Amino acid sequence: MTGFWGVARAIIGREFLRFIHQRERFLAALVRPMVWLLIFAAGFRAALGLSIIPPYQTYITYETYIVPGLCAMVLLFNGMQSSLSLVYDREMGSMRLLLTSSFPRWWLLFCRLLGSTAISILQVYTFLALAALFGIVLPMPGYFAVLPGLVLGGLMLGALGLVLSSFIKQLENFAGVMNFVIFPMFFLSSALYPLWKMAESSPLLRDICAVNPFTHVVELIRFLLYLQINWIALFWVLVWTAALCGAAVWGYDPARGLMKRKT
Amino acid sequence: MPDAQLRDETKRGLTVRNLSFHYGPKTALDSVSFDVEPGTFCALLGPNGAGKSTLVSLLTRLLVAPDGEIAVAGHNLRKSPRKALGDLGVVFQQPTLDLSLTVKQNMAYFAALHGLPRKETPQRIDAALDRLGMRERAGEKVRALNGGHRRRMELARALLHDPKVLLLDEPTVGLDAAARHSITDHVHDLADQGLCILWATHLTDEVRDNDQMLVLHHGKILAAGQTGVLRGNETLSNWFLSQTEVSA
Repeated sequence: MTGFWGVARAIIGREFLRFIHQRERFLAALVRPMVWLLIFAAGFRAALGLSIIPPYQTYITYETYIVPGLCAMVLLFNGMQSSLSLVYDREMGSMRLLLTSSFPRWWLLFCRLLGSTAISILQVYTFLALAALFGIVLPMPGYFAVLPGLVLGGLMLGALGLVLSSFIKQLENFAGVMNFVIFPMFFLSSALYPLWKMAESSPLLRDICAVNPFTHVVELIRFLLYLQINWIALFWVLVWTAALCGAAVWGYDPARGLMKRKT
Repeated sequence: MPDAQLRDETKRGLTVRNLSFHYGPKTALDSVSFDVEPGTFCALLGPNGAGKSTLVSLLTRLLVAPDGEIAVAGHNLRKSPRKALGDLGVVFQQPTLDLSLTVKQNMAYFAALHGLPRKETPQRIDAALDRLGMRERAGEKVRALNGGHRRRMELARALLHDPKVLLLDEPTVGLDAAARHSITDHVHDLADQGLCILWATHLTDEVRDNDQMLVLHHGKILAAGQTGVLRGNETLSNWFLSQTEVSA
């Protein structure tokens, strides 16, 4: 097992080193949710009235409502960023080094996923700290209770990134992922508005939001921040994490996926 | 072919049997078979598009062929991929270095990927860099190295886990004459020390008369044997051109 942990340490360590070298990436990861929190939320506060819905026990401000969604957004964007760096690694050749390791491919991919999730979580906590500085403070135990939800959500969205990276042929095609994956996932979810509000506009859109796996990540985080467990969200996040991890291993199978194409 | 037979035939070298591979309807390799014994420098010579890179991808398990068998140091790559890859060192045609990390960090990352004990890693890295005259560069970022030094570093890294078979895919592409000469000489020395070398190239001046040679063209082995015997009185360049033009 020593070798397995050594591989995990090396891959996760490399992810952190890369992250440290890309200060712009860290800044972008923080600026994005802060812009939503401080500008978008301020603008829409009046337009989007909220009622008391679980897990909240009183009326809350719109800024407070969107914090869990923005945490999930950080996980989503970082998962996609990780997918982008995998495609980059493949084009630059360093992916070959990883995949020709003598360790099982599923373990190598899982370590990569753990590394990207750890970086996502670091970014989420930094965002939560900044939000607290601007007065959006959540229950103190919630900051600890949310950690397992962030790990699970990070793994699910990171695995989605892995799956996408196994099918994206070139770096240039990455913009398509933004248009067809990130934006629909984010906007068709409960990140920015509760589902009942969406139902007022369109029951169909509400149903789409309800089955969107990203909605389940958002709700899992939202409930954990208030020391509650949304069992349905937890169930679906577990199912999607397992399914996407399986699909990623399939996508990177040397007999089927990644390198099968002549590039 | 039975696994025991495959193991017996190779001992510590490289064996390929009836290997075929297709990209959709296009055949990249057609029933390729060959052996490379330990202590042999074997040049895999082929023009661009001959199938060399596909063969390298199959030997490194980046691709898996539905037909044929590969044994690295006696380990069947399909049945025992961990053991086979553990005995294989690779220098890819495309650089596989992390430019933002130092030479030592790149080497340590590779050592961990191959499960080398953490305590042994620093000594192994120093020794591997020493062999290629790169030790004083250990703390430098790879981005700061020139092409020749990067290639030497990749070679040092490929030897870090003491592989029995070393595979190099056009390792001198883009290097100046002095760097090419230095790397070619060093790898010939490694073969003299007992390593099994497969050197894929399209440059005939990298091949010596006493090297083994495989000529790959349109996915098939056109000729195999000792270079000096195969070329006869012709220059290797002319002989190679005549072979590949005849079959084109």
